[in-house]
Amino acid sequence: MAYVDSDFRAHYFEMLRRKRLYSGIVLAIFVLLLASGFLLANDRNAGGFLQGMPQVLDFPADVVADAAPKVAELPAHLVTYFPALLETVNIAAVSTLAGGVLAIFVSLLSTRGLARFPRPIPVFRRFMDLCRAIPEIVIALILIFVLGGGPVPAMIAIAFHTIGALGKLFSEVNENADLKPVEGLSSVGASWMQRMWLGVVPQVAPNWLSYALLRFEINVRASAILGFVGAGGIGYELKNTMSWGQGKFDEAAAIFILLFLTIVVFDQLSSAVRNRLTHGRAVL
Amino acid sequence: MQGTASHARYAAAEALLSRKRLMAFLVPGVVLAYLVYIFFAFDIPGLAQRADLENGRTLIRDAYSYKTHVTRDNRSGDVSVSIEGERKGDYPEGTAPEWVALGEETVVTLPRGHEVRFLPGNALVYDFPEGDPRADIEARIEDREVVTDIGEALPDHVSLSSSRLNITTEAGRVSLTNNRTEVFRYFTGWELFFFTLDSPYHGHSFWSIAFGERIDSERTNIAGAVSDFWNNAMWRHKDVAWAIFETILMAFLGTAGAALIALPLAFVAARNFSRLWAARFGVRRIFDFVRGVDGLIWTIVLSRAFGPGPLTGALAILLTDTGTFGKLFSETLENVDSKQIEGVQSTGAKKLQRYRFGVIPQVIPVFLSQALYMLESNTRSATIIGAITGGGIGLLLTQAIITQKDWEEVTYYIVLIILMVMFMDSASSWLRNKLIRGE
Repeated sequence: MAYVDSDFRAHYFEMLRRKRLYSGIVLAIFVLLLASGFLLANDRNAGGFLQGMPQVLDFPADVVADAAPKVAELPAHLVTYFPALLETVNIAAVSTLAGGVLAIFVSLLSTRGLARFPRPIPVFRRFMDLCRAIPEIVIALILIFVLGGGPVPAMIAIAFHTIGALGKLFSEVNENADLKPVEGLSSVGASWMQRMWLGVVPQVAPNWLSYALLRFEINVRASAILGFVGAGGIGYELKNTMSWGQGKFDEAAAIFILLFLTIVVFDQLSSAVRNRLTHGRAVL
Repeated sequence: MQGTASHARYAAAEALLSRKRLMAFLVPGVVLAYLVYIFFAFDIPGLAQRADLENGRTLIRDAYSYKTHVTRDNRSGDVSVSIEGERKGDYPEGTAPEWVALGEETVVTLPRGHEVRFLPGNALVYDFPEGDPRADIEARIEDREVVTDIGEALPDHVSLSSSRLNITTEAGRVSLTNNRTEVFRYFTGWELFFFTLDSPYHGHSFWSIAFGERIDSERTNIAGAVSDFWNNAMWRHKDVAWAIFETILMAFLGTAGAALIALPLAFVAARNFSRLWAARFGVRRIFDFVRGVDGLIWTIVLSRAFGPGPLTGALAILLTDTGTFGKLFSETLENVDSKQIEGVQSTGAKKLQRYRFGVIPQVIPVFLSQALYMLESNTRSATIIGAITGGGIGLLLTQAIITQKDWEEVTYYIVLIILMVMFMDSASSWLRNKLIRGE
């Protein structure tokens, strides 16, 4: 008995040692990759990390220095650029709305047990993967070439990506939906649309809404970035004001403030609503 | 008593129903009104004027085909052939593909029996095949002006002014101006994708390179072919591979660095681990701040200090994601199961041991899975940040789009980006399964 016990102990410690060794090796490789990666990135960068570090605050300091003497004009600038901000938010809202509605259909069509046609489920899934894999900027830049600048290319680009991102999350939610209401509805002869609308949507709508709000917050950021490459909105104005150069950064400062506040406000708003959606209490 | 209670409940249900009925009309109505507002705010009716469908057609045609230019300099009379009209695609002087016969009278054979002849005296003849209802066209430059044998009524495939003649048919395109006579012939495919014209391996099949006789006497076939492919001046395979690597590097460094920085800070921000209200509040506001400033602004600020390149992109991702991870990690820590910690404590463990054996094993799998999820989305962010600051595949993509003619390269980059993101997606989910479930 005692022999078996000590054998177990030896075996256990042997396994423990090996596990620790493996974890140590994995950790060492990770640290090595990280360090060499940073060194490589540093080498391939135009300016090095150590030379650049003291200058990190130069640009923010310039912006503050330009904006501080003209602080009285700041409210006027905020008002000037508000329409551009509105456009950025509108791009995000419309693309979340359109992408979300399409994502609902695609996700229902690609969920086992709910799909209208079971056979093409993999087709819809691959379609969602494709939508998700293409960065918004790719579609936006090409559409800007064809459709000209403005909010429409950004809207289409973000909506396309949203279909993929939300479609995947929605179909995960759909998979957890109870199928009994759907069966009940089909037993009384409901069409597919009626089964989905009355049997599935009431179960999953809060989760859908919560994911859509999170996506909206992400899309506000994306739409600001797309503006920077020519798709209109606050990003476009930011690029213009930045190009005026030093001494004229006061308007850029106003845009920075607007952008920061918008992102923070929508971030807080959407997380507050999402909290209420997931932890009881109806919003409506 | 019971009657009034049920009456009140009945009334409440009635009110709820009527409110729901109202919402059922109100919500779609508000959405519709918003869409109408957007329709005008985004100037959708004016889109038709701004859109350039010709651009769209060029883009689609260029994505899968290329054109070879046969050009005669009308002053010197020299004829040159080049692919896409680029220097990198020039045929060496005096040589031409087999469908161009150089000589006193240069004959360019187009598909479907069409033929263009460059005649002396800056003249050209476009011969349609026999049985084609369209009449052959003769044109020449006289006194710096285009003279043709076309009558007053211009056919659909010709556009003509005194300085320029354009003939566009299904077989190709011809243009004649004072300075030059040009014929464009279209081919399907991506031109010179493997080897440029100056490489000895151009035009050889894979089989003859791999197993045939030595083509270039100085190098073995495989080494020479790989090196010529890798250094292809038109498609720049080497630069593209580096760019993809840089983009993945940015995503990896940003994600891993952010996770490492956020890890200790998350303990300070979590309510159940940090007793100090001020520290908690301070760290949380830092998380909110770096997240709120957003990748775009961080990219601008950092690229001013560090210049374009992968380090700038990596740091921009790192800063934004420190906020995201901090928030996610501290929420995970607040939801940690205290039973496991108490269990460890009951064996007499010290504070550090409680963390090591009570907390870490619970949260590390969750943290890892969150970080790996972000890795995939950061690959896309790195592409976008690269397009703004100049680094990685994003830079190559924007450069190719700005030229507005290298759409085959744009297509190539897009395909590579999609493959890269999908690769990172499956790599991260493979790692997730491997590390967390131990499969």
